[in-house]
Amino acid sequence: MAETTATLRVFRGDAETGKAVDYQVPLTPGMVVLDAIHSIQANQSPDLAVRWNCKAAKCGSCSAEVNGRPRLMCKTRMDSLPLDQPITVFPMKAFPVIKDLVTDVSWNYEVNKKITPFQPRPGVEWKMDQADVDRVQEFRKCIECFLCQNVCHVLREHDKKKEFGGPRFFVRSAGLEMHPLDGANRTRVLREQLGIGYCNITKCCTEVCPEEIHITDNAIIPLKERVVDEFYDPLTMIVRKIFGAK
Amino acid sequence: MSPAAQYETHEHDVLIIGAGGAGLRAAIEALAHGARVAVVCKSLLGKAHTVMAEGGLAAAMANLDKSDDWRAHFRDTYNGGKRLNDWRMAQLHAQEAPDRVRELEQWGALFDRTADGEILQRAFGGHTYKRLCHVGDRTGLEMIRTLQDRGVQLGFDVFMECTVTRLLKDGDRVAGAFAYWRDSGKFVVFKAKAVVIATGGIGKSWKITSNSWECTGDGMALAYDAGAELLDMEFVQFHPTGMVWPPGVMGILVTEAVRGEGGILRNKSGERFMEKYDPKRLELSTRDVVARSIYTEVKEGRGSPHGGAFLDISHKPAEYVKRKLPSMYHQFKELADVDITKGPMEVGPTCHYMMGGIRVDAETGQSTLPGLFAAGEAAGGMHGANRLGGNSLSDLLVFGRRAGLAAGQSANKGTKAQLDSAQIETAARDALAPFDRPTGENPYKIHHDLQHMMQNLVGIFRTNEDLRRALVELDKLKVRAKNVRADGSRQYNPGWHLCSDIQRMLTVSEACTHAALARKESRGAHSRLDFPKTEDEWGKKNLVIAKKGDAMNLFEVPRPPLPAELEKILAEDK
Repeated sequence: MAETTATLRVFRGDAETGKAVDYQVPLTPGMVVLDAIHSIQANQSPDLAVRWNCKAAKCGSCSAEVNGRPRLMCKTRMDSLPLDQPITVFPMKAFPVIKDLVTDVSWNYEVNKKITPFQPRPGVEWKMDQADVDRVQEFRKCIECFLCQNVCHVLREHDKKKEFGGPRFFVRSAGLEMHPLDGANRTRVLREQLGIGYCNITKCCTEVCPEEIHITDNAIIPLKERVVDEFYDPLTMIVRKIFGAK
Repeated sequence: MSPAAQYETHEHDVLIIGAGGAGLRAAIEALAHGARVAVVCKSLLGKAHTVMAEGGLAAAMANLDKSDDWRAHFRDTYNGGKRLNDWRMAQLHAQEAPDRVRELEQWGALFDRTADGEILQRAFGGHTYKRLCHVGDRTGLEMIRTLQDRGVQLGFDVFMECTVTRLLKDGDRVAGAFAYWRDSGKFVVFKAKAVVIATGGIGKSWKITSNSWECTGDGMALAYDAGAELLDMEFVQFHPTGMVWPPGVMGILVTEAVRGEGGILRNKSGERFMEKYDPKRLELSTRDVVARSIYTEVKEGRGSPHGGAFLDISHKPAEYVKRKLPSMYHQFKELADVDITKGPMEVGPTCHYMMGGIRVDAETGQSTLPGLFAAGEAAGGMHGANRLGGNSLSDLLVFGRRAGLAAGQSANKGTKAQLDSAQIETAARDALAPFDRPTGENPYKIHHDLQHMMQNLVGIFRTNEDLRRALVELDKLKVRAKNVRADGSRQYNPGWHLCSDIQRMLTVSEACTHAALARKESRGAHSRLDFPKTEDEWGKKNLVIAKKGDAMNLFEVPRPPLPAELEKILAEDK
């Protein structure tokens, strides 16, 4: 027989202190974890903090760790989880907690500012082939849920927020670098500001992307190749040695 | 002043409230004209409701249909709005939308392409030609990301997760705003020479809505409280196709692009019922007509199992559906266990868009208050009695730019604002009141009751009796909202935030109900069962609402006559 209620074990607390609190929530057909959180807010604990907007996996606001897995709460069906035991809902681990399920993601907005903006080549004709556009549109699907940032071990385990930009901003850089009409060069920014060398291609980011962007294969690896071509190509290095760095 | 009421102060030339398409476009324009700009928004940057826009952006680029031009777009918009639009806005919108699209592209937006590399355009309800520039079914995301990045590049100050609860005035002039940080609950005072409201719609007053939690009518209520006029508040668009099952996703938008790409509506007997209601345009009739048709089918017992209609695109090749409607494919697959490449979706009307809003000057977005501008969904007039799909994103760009420009220019001329502390103290006291009451009601309960009441009494079809009952219910809700209580601390407390949002939802709900009661005809999205006809007399006037003392005052304003040039365009109707 199907369960009629579920237990949610939700982190309650702030940057200093916190604990997991259990809530009983009545189940409804098709319910997602965010519905359950809203039910707790409306009926049990109006001050339970959570970020959300669209409830349709389009805005990327409701990222959290459900049963230890980084997910969008609006896309995680309750009936996909084992309901005979408590469902844990915790904030993203790689960012400082503000309160309950809400974390401070402001660092991401600071990283974004480092990226050289779109610069159309002078005098371009504004025509593009869909085939060229397809490649970039994959990157532009990103909804900035920051789950890729959350699971990247360079950020999650090693907290290299000063040196490293994270997968989200490699995706953004790739979208600009591969734009058919863009004329800027971002390899120096990628190497020096975003620390792309720290990424050792474990593909954790790709696995959690709710938009199914092939972050590692289609964004990070081609960017790494560009950086290597420009900074570590033997011929270029000799030319640099003789004529000085550009 | 008590320690709890202390605040930080920020001073700019232009303050923009709202960071959706209109707010960001306004910010970019004001920045480009040398103003120092602050953008304040309730969510994180890039999460505003614009992100949910799916189908596209209407602009007469004529990339596919060479006969299209601004005249045809104007005519479609004006007829779609049942000729109650501010004709000057409809004209400017049609004329300027293509430039705004090209500009987005030059800032890095990547639209889908035609075979010869131009921007691809798709068909949509009420548009004579293929006119909607789009990116699959995630056009809003493309637009907001492009504008966001452009704004960051130009250098605006963004105050994210910060809610404005009151406009502040210097004499008669709007000169700032009072807000709280959602994370800490601490107060902020913004001082500015000009303020632009771009806060979007009011859908959260209804139970079934496509709108996010932010759409609580903030800008309209703030402007009304400060003394500005609201226009056309009776016209609320119910989008014909929202999800109806399962319950948790009820109301979530199913893009009109499904119908634009060839989707067919059927009732439970498999009948293509739009043949009855609009045999010429069928599924691509205007939204008011399609929404009423679905509602009628359901009411008369011909609905789908969960009280909607069937919308089917599965006759198209699966790969095509996945490419053109990727987020619809995922949305139904993951949330409703339906594969739309194999079978139909169940859909029904959902509260989607407010045609009415702050009364503005067409050219500048200037409200009836000095220092206060408005653009986008928060402003009224552009769409008349019914908005065409795709005209919202273009509206945001055209009038966001115009309001930003005018606000920037007015700030250049303006003087430094003086804000007296009394209004700030009142705002702080009001904001903290829900904590100070020893007992009181849960705001979620009041919100729940408001949504059910508006859904039942101020919905798609309206009557004198229902609307009068709604006003009585609103009075009761207002009393309850005065006694609302917040538990816990000021730190990121959604219950406390809702205490404040409810006040504004009640204001716009009441304005909508008053105007709906007063307009004794049916026109566009406003359908009165007791006055089913569209009356010429009512086509000559708009309804305006303004605050008089503590009461809502409603009056009629005559519509200025259409210039001969525009009359001629309408007469060319095919």
